[in-house]
Amino acid sequence: MNIHIKNGRLIDPKNKIDAQQDLFIAAGKIVAVGSAPSGFVADKIIDAGGLIVAPGLVDLAARLREPGYEYKATLESEIDAAMAGGVTSLACPPDTDPPLDEPGLVEMLKHRARNLSQAHVYPVGALTTALKGQELTEMAELADAGCVAFSQADAPLTDTRVLLRAMQYAATFGFSVWLRPQDSFLARDGVAHDGEVATRCGLPAIPVCAETIALSTMLALAQETGAKLHVCRLSSAAGVDMIRAAKQQGLGVTCDVSMNHVHLSEMDIGFFNPNCHLMPPLRSLRDRAALRAGLLDGTINAICSNHAPMDEDAKQLPFAEAEAGATGLELLLPLVLKWAREENIPLVGALAKVTLQPAQMLGLDAGHLSVGAAADVCVFDPETYWKVEPGALKSQGKNTPFNGLEVQGRVRYTLVEGQVVYHPAA
Amino acid sequence: MKNPQLNKNGELQHLLTTEGLPVKIMRDILDRAATFLDAADGHEIKKVPLLQGKSVFNVFFENSTRTRTTFEIAAKRLSADVVNLNIGSSSTSKGETLLDTVGNLCAMHADMFVVRHAQSGAAHFIARHVAPDVHVINAGDGRHAHPTQALLDMFTIRHYKKEFHNLRVAIVGDMLHSRVARSQIHALTTLGVPEVRVIAPKTLLPAMVENLGVRVYHDMTQGLHDVDVVLMLRLQSERMQGAALPSAQEYFKYYGLTEEKLARARPDAIVMHPGPMNRGIEIDSSVADGPRSVIMSQVTFGIAVRMAVMSMLAGNK
Repeated sequence: MNIHIKNGRLIDPKNKIDAQQDLFIAAGKIVAVGSAPSGFVADKIIDAGGLIVAPGLVDLAARLREPGYEYKATLESEIDAAMAGGVTSLACPPDTDPPLDEPGLVEMLKHRARNLSQAHVYPVGALTTALKGQELTEMAELADAGCVAFSQADAPLTDTRVLLRAMQYAATFGFSVWLRPQDSFLARDGVAHDGEVATRCGLPAIPVCAETIALSTMLALAQETGAKLHVCRLSSAAGVDMIRAAKQQGLGVTCDVSMNHVHLSEMDIGFFNPNCHLMPPLRSLRDRAALRAGLLDGTINAICSNHAPMDEDAKQLPFAEAEAGATGLELLLPLVLKWAREENIPLVGALAKVTLQPAQMLGLDAGHLSVGAAADVCVFDPETYWKVEPGALKSQGKNTPFNGLEVQGRVRYTLVEGQVVYHPAA
Repeated sequence: MKNPQLNKNGELQHLLTTEGLPVKIMRDILDRAATFLDAADGHEIKKVPLLQGKSVFNVFFENSTRTRTTFEIAAKRLSADVVNLNIGSSSTSKGETLLDTVGNLCAMHADMFVVRHAQSGAAHFIARHVAPDVHVINAGDGRHAHPTQALLDMFTIRHYKKEFHNLRVAIVGDMLHSRVARSQIHALTTLGVPEVRVIAPKTLLPAMVENLGVRVYHDMTQGLHDVDVVLMLRLQSERMQGAALPSAQEYFKYYGLTEEKLARARPDAIVMHPGPMNRGIEIDSSVADGPRSVIMSQVTFGIAVRMAVMSMLAGNK
């Protein structure tokens, strides 16, 4: 089907475009930007007047909960959420049950996702068997099955020799290793940042050095092994400083931050709001400011949703017992727009953090609107206000710390490979 | 953010913490507690019919004999019907969630819950989920708060020192894990105590504790210098396993309250302890039983203060 998206404000970070330009799509690909190619006859015209036409969002961390946690969410429900959020490509961490440590599981997931023929699902394989941090998985086989990177998700890997070997092995094949820096001894039993709020609330705390110690280990091992390291979910000012220094020294490390940490701090825990129980913990206002500065100067490459949908019971508990995490696929776009407005950042730069940049982390030719690229497109209204109401979210998980917040930016069309997969009535 | 322990008229709906508790309400509780004590000797407590026909449920998810008993006595002196539920970990091990337990208890038509739970924030959680006419009293939640203990400590201080605005108070011991210390600090600063000190080794102090409005001392002889009130904290024996301390002996040597260290305080200083005491670990017997110890008065006053809290809550709809 040939689609002509007209009158929209086209924003494409890769080609540095922010201008009113039409987009022409044929056979699932972008065939022209600006004026129609000769002989182009549109089967469908989308009038994007007043709307922004951007690459579909690329999310580095979206838990789809399959296999094993279907009571929390299903592939269907979460892909629906992704579509509603304008997310057309997403990486899912291996923390399923069983974890994504066998090619068969990965193939099944890819197959299920393909059958939905909506968002592109990119599994991140387990770095160690059952995420136990002891034995390596068959990374090459897993990559053949469709894994785009390897990670421990939130599971600890305390044995530094295993980590060294895992990174060496990954480096052999040029695979990316994605690690969240958190020393498991220092983080033991902790549920909140070791600061003022945890002290007032009497919550077991996780100090910043849990992040920096783990980070220094993984940076040293990346240096040693030459492995491609991607640092997941940075949370602290000290962590940002370390990544900045490592990059200045020429280490090819990349990193991301969750949208929750861009907007929230320990203060949001308030009277023990279990929706603010997140991992890594929400840190101080100073840390949040440093994360934002890191995004601005390029130290932090990408913003992810860190989507973790949950059943209601998982959060209906006292703070420490409530499961950590928040649903987020549908909030990624509005929260990036909110951040861009607050920091006065041009949209072309802000959207790069959720399109072009994460696509590069995934090693994908995606997240841009170049001629010849797959037509994964997000058309959104940047002005419309809407209130985050958990009941109205498509995600099966209703757990969000942004409950009740008025946000701006609503997706009008989501296209995957030239097919309109989401277009809400009015 | 709405203060979860006040109702729409600004009256006490639940007692969850001393943090953010208006000073007027705090003083009202102390004044009301005084009315329950016999004027003649200041210690005898009369029975009154203020809670007749009301039922008070003591819901303890964590074992406690002392606190539960004082709440029970307080409720009975107010003529309430008292139900004690020692839930421990039993109902959760049977698969019942805290929310289910609370729902079940509400269905039994309790007027007031006295709750103790091992998790910080559990009392807030329960208060959020009870029927709107039920009152919740926090009898200790994790490391977070133990407001009735702090209020009875304030009552005791006022009884012996009359005023708060001219006092220097030292809290000694395991501040990191102590809900009592947190509640004491908020109560003391709310009531206008100009100098609150905390004395402990660094392993027993939470991050940025100074932000609560206290001065930190690691040396007990310096920290006790010229203080009017010494509030001792209980040291749990498991602290030795968690690498917080090397031994009880070393702790006693440097942070145990002895006559010698107490000599640094003002001559009329009083010594308090929330109990149960570990003699020879945080406090020497000669101090615990000595002339400056008011520990037994704390127990008696605790009943009056809990009566004051319960009767105040019952009067607020």
